[in-house]
Amino acid sequence: MAHLGPGKAASSKEQAGLRYPSNGKTIYHRPLNRTKTAELSQSSFAYLFSEMVSYAQRRVTGIQELEKRLNLQGHPIGLKLLDLLLTREPPRSQTRPLTIIALLHFIKINLWTHLFGRQADRLEKSSNPDTPDEYMIVDNEPLVNAYISVPREMSQLNCAAFVAGIIEGVCDGAMFPARVTAHSVGGKEEGEMWPGKTVFLVKFQPEVLEREALIGKG
Amino acid sequence: MFVTVFALIIINKAGGLIYNRTFHEGGLNKISTNDYLVLAGTFHGVHAITARLNPLHPPTNRTSTTSSTAAAAAGAGGAPGTHLTRPDPPSGLEVLETENFRMQCVTTLTGIKFLLFTDTTQANVDLAIRRVYDMYSDYVMKNPFYQLEMPVRCDMFDRKLASYIREINNR
Repeated sequence: MAHLGPGKAASSKEQAGLRYPSNGKTIYHRPLNRTKTAELSQSSFAYLFSEMVSYAQRRVTGIQELEKRLNLQGHPIGLKLLDLLLTREPPRSQTRPLTIIALLHFIKINLWTHLFGRQADRLEKSSNPDTPDEYMIVDNEPLVNAYISVPREMSQLNCAAFVAGIIEGVCDGAMFPARVTAHSVGGKEEGEMWPGKTVFLVKFQPEVLEREALIGKG
Repeated sequence: MFVTVFALIIINKAGGLIYNRTFHEGGLNKISTNDYLVLAGTFHGVHAITARLNPLHPPTNRTSTTSSTAAAAAGAGGAPGTHLTRPDPPSGLEVLETENFRMQCVTTLTGIKFLLFTDTTQANVDLAIRRVYDMYSDYVMKNPFYQLEMPVRCDMFDRKLASYIREINNR
């Protein structure tokens, strides 16, 4: 409703000014990229992301701070993508996810397909009884890390912290406040199948679990 | 087993060694890291000399296929209508062959040299070296932690290169 500026008393007349296409599809329903396969160049993304990492690296004191900055770069994208992807759903299923499982499935399937053209590889719940609030999304080879080799002295770093930020944005936007971090779990040995394997650890706030338990009872 | 690719050396545009890797022990003599640096620097110098030493490509005109008079006129006063194109810069040393090995050198537009040491019988070295250049541009140049002109230390590049060369050597 952007046309309803202040001082527009006769807004009912103006209503005709805002026209929707007859098929109900607005610019939000289709990607701006209208090519047949809707593909983008991976190289240009790689260079852009490489610059984003370099930018985040300026004047940071440690790896944790660097990951935090990458996370912050992703967060707004997640918030917006949640709305966008839900808008594009058929009207019947246009509700935001209401349970943790539904939310994680939404991330694993819809979000991943939208961003990377495929689903995430696995979804797991922490088997440790002390941390029932932790869930894991596994990606065997994250697209953002396709060309990145982390130097040995920064081995703790995983640049997929950016994707973790996107996930965090989606969780926050869906009212499931969480902390999401990215961890490399791929082995460094020679014959390793997935050397870049990454786990996104989703740690929900206690109130989310509390609510989840109440819903479960009802 | 047919061993064909022995080693790869990458030299930056200033003549510094930024990458060297041996894929097969025994094909070439082992030399120390210091000698590798000297080798890279020496090769860089020799390459620069050979780039100047080619009588086959006079750098002034390469378009004189139709008539030498047009080219002469262009040289004198820049006659209108003469199609002048910038000649390819001379490439310098490209292949060095001995009875034991063959060395192919590719210089990129940015001045980086890729040297691939292979068996004398190895075919399609052009293709292999091109592929190595592709990998370099992917896994080194797109890595935010790589600093230009510095030695290449990228796990991903090492891994992809090793698997590609292994594929060639086991063929």
